[in-house]
Order: sequence, then C-alpha cells, then structure tokens
Amino acid sequence: MVRKTVESSIAIAEAVKNCEPDVVACYPITPSTHIAETLAKFYADGELKSYITTESEFASISCICGASAAGGRAFSTTSSQGLALMHEVVYAAAGMRLPIAMVVGNRALSAPLNIWCDHQDSVAERDSGWIQLYCESAQEGVDTAIQAFKIAESTMLPAMTCIDGFYLTHTVEPIDVPTMEEVRRFLPKYEAKVKLDPENPLSIGEYALPDTYQSFREDVHKDNLAAKGKIVEVDKEFEQMFGRGHGGLAQGYGHEDADYIFIGMGSVIGNAKEAVDELRARGKKVGVVKIRSFRPFPEEEVRKLLEGKKHVAVFEKSYSLGSFAPVYADVINSLYPLRKRPVVSSFIGGLGGKDVPVKSIHEIFKMIRKREPLKVWF
Amino acid sequence: MIEIKFWGRGGQGAVTAAELLAVAASMGGKYSQAFPFFGVERRGAPVKSFCMIDDKPIRVHQQVYNPDHVVILDASLVGRPDILEGFKKNGVVLVNTSKPKSQIKLRAKNLFVVDATGIALKYIGRPIVNTAMLGAFIKATNIVPLEPVKEAIKERFPAPLAEKNIKAIEDCYNETK
Repeated sequence: MVRKTVESSIAIAEAVKNCEPDVVACYPITPSTHIAETLAKFYADGELKSYITTESEFASISCICGASAAGGRAFSTTSSQGLALMHEVVYAAAGMRLPIAMVVGNRALSAPLNIWCDHQDSVAERDSGWIQLYCESAQEGVDTAIQAFKIAESTMLPAMTCIDGFYLTHTVEPIDVPTMEEVRRFLPKYEAKVKLDPENPLSIGEYALPDTYQSFREDVHKDNLAAKGKIVEVDKEFEQMFGRGHGGLAQGYGHEDADYIFIGMGSVIGNAKEAVDELRARGKKVGVVKIRSFRPFPEEEVRKLLEGKKHVAVFEKSYSLGSFAPVYADVINSLYPLRKRPVVSSFIGGLGGKDVPVKSIHEIFKMIRKREPLKVWF
Repeated sequence: MIEIKFWGRGGQGAVTAAELLAVAASMGGKYSQAFPFFGVERRGAPVKSFCMIDDKPIRVHQQVYNPDHVVILDASLVGRPDILEGFKKNGVVLVNTSKPKSQIKLRAKNLFVVDATGIALKYIGRPIVNTAMLGAFIKATNIVPLEPVKEAIKERFPAPLAEKNIKAIEDCYNETK
C-alpha cells in the first residue's frame, strides 16, 4: 500500500487502474471529475489496457456494456448530467446482468445549472437494479471502487460507487492506495460465465413478451436484495487483507445507548461523527447511523440500529419532488413493522453544494429534542 | 486543528497553494486536507480554498468558517466585507501587494505584505503567485518547514517549472519580514 496525499479523484483512478479493467470508456469534460482525466493519462503512459474517449456519456456506458457482454472487466465514471444522459442504458445494464462498475462523483442536476455536491443524480437511478454504495471518506471511495468490481462480478449486477462531488472528488487528503499486486490478491481475474462469443453465438438483452418480462425484473430485484450478503462479505475480506472495513451495509457510531440518532449517507457522516463526539463530551445521548448501501436497502439492519430510539433525524442531499425524501421514505418503511417506533424527522439539505458543517448537525440534534416529527428543508 | 483560508482569483493558483501546503504538512507526519471552493470556473473570478492541518485524522468535510490564518493572493479582494469573516484574531493575515503595510486597510494584529506578483513575474514569467505566497506564509507562521513544500512542488510540477517556483518561494521566504 502506498500512502499519498493527493486529490481523491486521482487516488480513485489509480485504484481503478490497479483493478486492471479491460475497457474504460469516459466522456471526460465537466461534469466529469479528474478520475476520467487521470485514467486517460494512465492509458497514454501505457499503464492501462484501453481507454476510449467517447462522444457522450450515453456512448461511454454503451461501450462498457458491450465490453462486459464480451466478457471483459469494464469501468466508466461520470457525474450529474452525465449520469442523467446514461439513464436509459443504466437500466439496460442491470437488466442484462452486466457486472460493470462505475464511480459517480455526486453533483446536482440542472436546472438551475450547478456543479456542486448533492445526491440527486445517483438517487434518480435508485430503481434501476444497480447496487449503490455511498462513501464517507476519500479512503472509503478508493476501497469501495475496488470492492465494487468484486461485488458486481460475483452477483452479476452493475455496481455504482457514489462519492460526494467536491467534498471527496476535489479534496486532497492522505489516502492509502492498494498496489496492483495487492489488488490481484483481493480481486480474482474476471471469468464471465456467459459472454458474446463468435464461436458460440448468443444474444443478450433479448425481447421479452408480457408472459416473461415481469419475471426477469423480479429476478433483478431478488438478486439485488440477495447481494446484501456479498456486500458485507467483500467488505470483511477487504478488512482482513487491508486492515480497514467501511461498515458493510450500514453502521452505527455512538448509537448503542443513544436516544437521538442522525442517519444519512456520504461525507456528511464524518461531520456528524464530529458533532456526536462533541455532544457526548457534554453528556448528550446522541449517535450516528451511516447508510453505506442504499441499494440494496439494508431494511433489517436499519430497523435494528434504530429500534428503541426516541427520535431519528434522516438527513439527505436529495428529494423526490412532490413526494417524500427517498432515504426518509425507506427508513420509515423499514421501521413500520416495529410495534413501538421512534419519531422520525426528515431533513433535506446540502443541495447544490450548500455546506452542512458540524454546527448544522448540532442544530439538527437540537431540533429533534421535541417529540413532534419534522419535515425541514434545512 | 489549524485552519487556513486562501483567497484568490481564478488562475492565480489559490487551490494549488492549499494543496501544496496539505501535501507538505503530511510529509512532516501531520494529517491534512485541502478543499477548493470556486464559483464559476473562469479566470479572474474570486476563489476560496481551505487547508486544514491536525495531529489526528481529519474526518470532517466542510468549508472553513473560523480560519486561524488568511492568505490573500489578490489585493483587489481586500475590500470585500467578508474577507476576514470568522478570522481568529491572533493568526496571520498575508496580502500580496507592492504597497507598504500601512496602506492596507485590514484590522489584523499580525499583518504581512509581500510583492508576490513581482517575484512571480521575475522567476516564473507569469503572475501565478501561489508558490511565492507560500514562501511568505511559511516565513510568517512557521507552520511547516520550507523543505517539504519544495518537495511537494517538485512532485507537482515538471522539473524546469518546479525550479522556477522553488526560486520564487525561496526569494519570498527571504523577503518577508
């Protein structure tokens, strides 16, 4: 492992390179991050097998779907409008069971035009069948980008590593990047069980009539849920090999004896942990729950972590306009089977890069001291 | 934790200044983080960047609200009402200007000035003042030794450009009083 103090995007590009993908295809300008730019540089320096500069993000994901269908390990990266443009093929990739990996640098969607962080771009793809893992730190981003290949290839589902735009993508901090030799020990060579082969012609993503279509979709759903075990297992294997895990599906911090919980995903979790330490020092019973896997959603884990609490603040950087906040809705659904449920409030914040510093977490903990559930655009 | 806020205009290198300082601090065994905050991505637009240095891992990801030190890469920003917002009064304020200290209207106990533009033009040939300003900042604060900053510059830039920047940083370090 090599410790470097570099921009997270550069470290993630290096981690992806060390996973030895057969095909990388990217559309490299804004809203993409330096991940694409750095991978292009690796290719130019002869350190990456292939790199295709495509004419759009739609073409990028189409390229890697083709590469994956032909049996290759394939990767792309994008953000915001780029992911929105991929939308049609995002669904196709999951339905065709192509184990591609993608890193999304989470950024706001237009309009108004904005380049900063929120989760609206990837949350808009939550129903596609992809696995979605959200990262708290740059280190987790690097490690999850590596884990994603292993999870995808063993579940035959595409996996998205979501890292906060700017807060993680553009931030310089000390990061340990596993070397190619170390990654080789963790991530076996990808051998596709089913692939396009001129010797044995077959078709993938065929036409399905009304009598079969639904069962294909149900399979994707069931296998996505079944991937929970794999996500936990891969994170544990990673921890055994590299000495650090990132919490599997969901993880509590200071939550055991807490009455009040802040639950969310992404880099805001680090800020929340800081606030919890400060409040705990003053004797307040507060804790944090980090949702790492948004899809599959860790219903049982969330229920277990939140059972018996007085008041839970669900904080998220996205919204389903005209309805409820998506993570809030999932948390509410997870808690519904309990006979005695905590009060749950919905906090929407950090859209378009609006800063959510430690002091904001303090305000949220103050607001949930009451018993009434709140819905706050924070 | 020590928090430093850099003010500049797009193209002057405020983001790189924070990065170089973070890299240098971690070479000396500290934990560090550099984070940019720019408006529209164009030359001349005001840019903020932040650097945090600590003895323990830094897990927060947020803007700096109460900087220990403020580094202003462009004197035209001095008039902004928010230029020293949240500033902890005992820290250093450093301004890039050819004017004497007495003509800089900032309420700061530890005010330093340096003609970083002049020095950058002399050694680099372009008004990219970040490395020169770092030289002055290190002299004023002793926050990290000069050597790791030079190392960080060598890692970051190709050799001929790194040499020019190192000359600028050394000159600024020596000029700042």
